[in-house]
Amino acid sequence: MDSMSMEPSLYTVKALFILDNDGNRLLSKYYDPELYPSMKEQNNFEKNVFNKTHKADNEIAFLEGMTVVYKSSIDLFFYVVGSPQENELMLMSVLNCLFDSLTQILSSCAGCHGNRCGSNAGGWGKNVERRYLLENMEGVFLVVDEIIDGGVILESDPQQVLQKVNYKSDESPLSEQSVAQHITEKLALTTNVIQSAKDQIKWSILK
Amino acid sequence: MIKKFDKKDEESGSGSNPFQHLEKSAVLQEARIFNETPINPRRCLHILTKIIYLLNQGEHFGTTEATEAFFAMTRLFQSNDQTLRRMCYLTIKEMANISEDVIIVTSSLTKDMTGKEDVYRGPAIRALCRITDVRGMLVCQLHYYDVVKRWVNEAQEAASSDNIMVQYHALGLLYHLRKNDRLAVSKMLNKFTKSGLKSPFAYCMLIRIASKLLEETEGGHDSPLFDFIESCLRNKNEMVVYEAASAIVHMPTCSARELAPAVSVLQLFCSSPKAALRYAAVRTLNKVAMKHPSAVTACNLDLENLITDSNRSIATLAITTLLKTGSESSVDRLMKQISSFVSEISDEFKVVVVQAISSLCQKYPRKHSVMMNFLSNMLRDDGGFEYKRAIVDCIIGIIEENPESKETGLAHLCEFIEDCEHTVLATKILHLLGKEGPRTPAPSKYIRFIFNRVVLESEAVRAAAVSALAKFGAQNDDLLPSVLVLMQRCMMDSDDEVRDRATFYMNVLQQKQKALNAAYIFNGLSVSVPGLEKSLHQYTLDPSERPFDMKSVPLATTPISEQKSDMAPIATSKMPEKMAPSRQDIYQEQLAAILEFQGLGPLFKSSEAVQLTEAETEYVVRCVKHTFAQHMVFQFDCTNTLNDQLLQKVVVQMEPSESYEVLHYIPAANLPYSQPGSCYSLVRLPEEDPTAVSCTFSCTMRYLVRDCDPNTGDPDDDGYDDEYVLEDLEVTVADHIQKVLKPNFGAAWEEVGDEFEKEETFALASVRTLDEAVGNIVSFLGMQPCERSDKVPENKNSHVLFLAGVFRGGHDLLVRARLALSDGVTMQVTVRGADETPVDVILASVG
Repeated sequence: MDSMSMEPSLYTVKALFILDNDGNRLLSKYYDPELYPSMKEQNNFEKNVFNKTHKADNEIAFLEGMTVVYKSSIDLFFYVVGSPQENELMLMSVLNCLFDSLTQILSSCAGCHGNRCGSNAGGWGKNVERRYLLENMEGVFLVVDEIIDGGVILESDPQQVLQKVNYKSDESPLSEQSVAQHITEKLALTTNVIQSAKDQIKWSILK
Repeated sequence: MIKKFDKKDEESGSGSNPFQHLEKSAVLQEARIFNETPINPRRCLHILTKIIYLLNQGEHFGTTEATEAFFAMTRLFQSNDQTLRRMCYLTIKEMANISEDVIIVTSSLTKDMTGKEDVYRGPAIRALCRITDVRGMLVCQLHYYDVVKRWVNEAQEAASSDNIMVQYHALGLLYHLRKNDRLAVSKMLNKFTKSGLKSPFAYCMLIRIASKLLEETEGGHDSPLFDFIESCLRNKNEMVVYEAASAIVHMPTCSARELAPAVSVLQLFCSSPKAALRYAAVRTLNKVAMKHPSAVTACNLDLENLITDSNRSIATLAITTLLKTGSESSVDRLMKQISSFVSEISDEFKVVVVQAISSLCQKYPRKHSVMMNFLSNMLRDDGGFEYKRAIVDCIIGIIEENPESKETGLAHLCEFIEDCEHTVLATKILHLLGKEGPRTPAPSKYIRFIFNRVVLESEAVRAAAVSALAKFGAQNDDLLPSVLVLMQRCMMDSDDEVRDRATFYMNVLQQKQKALNAAYIFNGLSVSVPGLEKSLHQYTLDPSERPFDMKSVPLATTPISEQKSDMAPIATSKMPEKMAPSRQDIYQEQLAAILEFQGLGPLFKSSEAVQLTEAETEYVVRCVKHTFAQHMVFQFDCTNTLNDQLLQKVVVQMEPSESYEVLHYIPAANLPYSQPGSCYSLVRLPEEDPTAVSCTFSCTMRYLVRDCDPNTGDPDDDGYDDEYVLEDLEVTVADHIQKVLKPNFGAAWEEVGDEFEKEETFALASVRTLDEAVGNIVSFLGMQPCERSDKVPENKNSHVLFLAGVFRGGHDLLVRARLALSDGVTMQVTVRGADETPVDVILASVG
């Protein structure tokens, strides 16, 4: 058992979920089809994890044979789950990337709610709360999709994630001009994206 | 109640969940606006979000409604709104499983994938992959497989890319493509360890590949791969440093000195402000402490500081690590600290604590009363099955190691089964009570606990209780009358199994014969259960006058109760234990399929595999010796490691040193590169001299070589004969004896009787300790040590070893070896058997 090392693989993350402060699921993704295949098992797992983690902000726990790293913000709880052999710091980098990306997306949105012209540099972290998250659910889905696909970490840098998602919250719809501007910006990054896209198709087929 | 909800909604104000009361049908209704022209991106976006949200909540979409919504959505590809398009991709991914005909979007996705908009490319490809995954489109996959092959070079370039993630993915992909080709992996490692990488993720991947390769090639610590991993301990990224330290710690053979650098980085991490890093460090140190406690003692101070860590997982791991490394004097203090927070931690960690206590008991047997007290308190607390099982196993372990703790331990367990919801544990404890209880000074006090179970519990527990009762009756004459009365009551039980057992034991006990008691109450069947099932089935298919012969049933290979429960570190599997067929049952099946081996009777014993080649040679050959009543079958598992050769008609020719006769060679028809194959030799054992149990065979592998193209594997038309000399193969006395556990050796000794008893005294001059002598005898004879007599108590000058086995042909065989330590070890061996020959064999081979 002990000497058995893992097969080196890109599949790092087993599951990711976001719960509210009653432990209700807002978003959840299970990347390993063998881990809790049914909705009932998933809910039980999430409930158990929530009960064991919501009282103390301890960052990491070992539950039901899985390593769980987590973070909370106001009335939200973010969880990333990996196998017990997984490098805990890799899981943390996913969690941090998710949290930082959402902080930026949601704070721009909160900025629109509050002082429309105010800078939000000082307000990061304060605005990751349930109502803003729910108002920008599509952005949240897209962010998660850019960070992990099928359990593989696609990106760990929040700036890159934001660039790839290119998401603007409801209050500032994309004008034709800004789209064009973004495309020009993106062209500078073309090589990267093409390369990573190629990789992605390769491993997806090899599953 | 309703009021309360309202209030809550008011409180959270605009923060209430807009998706809370979504109705699937209403959302699908709304989805009709997908068909409106012009497309309203904002509204469509919102509806797609609702659909994905519902799917995410586990809402079930029927195939028809999903397909309808899906088709409607495809129209949205006409819009140029970026976010909308991206949400379409996501919807495709989410619906790939439920909707039909998702494949129709392939062309749209392909267009986006190859189009100018690079914001679309990645997600479009990911969505496309999901579709092809699900639909298993062969054409698509084949096409891509070609692409992938061609992309090896591109991936290689990408691996040198500046983009951190691209580098990581490329490396993972390259490894995946080449992992079956050890040489290619090795070259790849060589290249990247020299050139260096930018991405910490890629470094972690590289470390994993390197340690995997080290493990496979059993590379030593002088290997450049080990140097590479060690050099990563100095990487500037913590993730990489930790990965390297963890890799070193997990290497199967690593001395304390090689561990030292890894341990010191972990020590540094113990004081990190990041909880995840502290956790990772202490968890890994905990692993080190299992094998090399002394390597971790340097960290004791840092670990002490972690005991008060606010993260209870970290505190628990720190304590359990300290328990493994600490001195005997610190045990009491640490135990006190654990009890202060054991109720706050998760079951997984409680199991870890119990395991630490268990190994501590083995280390400091004198502390068992402190531990036992602690464990019994834990047993009373709430907890799940795994946790309770760990405690019970631990208590049983202490009882077995320390005879003086037996009565306290049994008392705690008796109390536990009074209120135990886990059938498995209750039956296990009842079995233990039956085994140990009768031999305690006051056996009668256990009867009450056992009989309470008969009255109160489920069928399985009642049956186990009946069996336990029988053992008391069989061993304690003064208890027999009362046991018989209780047994009589059990014969009126509502369950068949319970009644059957009671009736059976009742009749055996009434005979009052020691031999019957030994055979049917103390020492149960030693046959393999799947084997018995098969034999009985065979017997019923083919009716005959002859009674069923128990000796025709293969024996169980590992006596079940003596298996040490594997204390798996932390990762306790969720899988329930299954009655898997043993290794020998599998061999039995395989051999029975070969025509030449039919009629040999049941397989008696299969040896461990013996290597007949050095590591890293052209061909790798291992031999498993299968013993039957009058024959032996040698199974040669051969692997051809040359990719430019195909071997055919492979046999291993054997030249015996004694009068063993080789009857048949069964060749392996084809032995292509890296695909293992087996050939067999059938040998008859000498009939005229049954004591000739050992023999040496010189072995040569003979075969036809056909050279082939290493890339395609196509062989030449012509071949040539060749041979390859293997190492000699030994058959020893142990190959003729199968281990059998007699839980009550004394009863078995009486049962066999002294009709064929022989005794002789030997001097083992070269042996220095009793432990060594015991080890030698056990491995030489291949018999099962009973009554834990393979453990020599400390500071003793004499010891008695009890061994039990069955000789080929089904004759019971018992050995009692009295050992005395003076200058060297003197050994008096007494052998009893059901037949004279095996007794002679033993004495002849020991001498």
